[in-house]
Amino acid sequence: MARSLKKGPYIDQKLSSKIEELNTSNQKRVIKTWARRTTISPEFVGHTLAVHNGNKFIPIYITENMVGHKLGEFAPTRTFRGHSGKLTDRSVALK
Amino acid sequence: MARLAGVDLPKEKRVEAGLTYIYGIGWSSSRKILGKTGIDPAIRVKDLTEEHVSKLRAVIEQDHKVEGALRAEINMNIKRLIDIGSYRGLRHRRGLPARGQRTKTNARTRKGPRKTIGRKSKK
Repeated sequence: MARSLKKGPYIDQKLSSKIEELNTSNQKRVIKTWARRTTISPEFVGHTLAVHNGNKFIPIYITENMVGHKLGEFAPTRTFRGHSGKLTDRSVALK
Repeated sequence: MARLAGVDLPKEKRVEAGLTYIYGIGWSSSRKILGKTGIDPAIRVKDLTEEHVSKLRAVIEQDHKVEGALRAEINMNIKRLIDIGSYRGLRHRRGLPARGQRTKTNARTRKGPRKTIGRKSKK
């Protein structure tokens, strides 16, 4: 179920203040974050965030199209690549 | 005869049902369209007058995205998800369910017919 509109999007406070800081000082720096549940807001566009996937940080360059999605959507947590066995053309294409 | 949005409507069916043959129009929007144009949903498609047809065409063009335009929009949305590298895009690329459904069993709509591995598959 979608989040109530009344509450507005959830954005991690620490992360948004850090972004704010970078925006005011016009800097670009990779920020490491664990806040996968944070909704990407328009202020994030153009920054690179390193989102934790449970193992390591995945650098993600935020573009305009990503606004409204959650950070976690861009840092997959699972490593399953498919079962062993004969590779079909399709499964090769996916890799 | 009655040709709307590039689709021939079945002649013998009630208009109500006939309109649902257009991609993007189901029962609900079909009834809305007929309500708006003031056409009786019970009359048959073959009994529609030219005037009726042009009215329907006008309303559908105005309020509804149908057929090619709708398909294009859906594909654009999927393409967007894939291009931004999101998890849902990844699932679309792999042809697996994108909304967190289980895939240990079921999910046959997305995965297609079973491909048995390790056993002689009969075909």
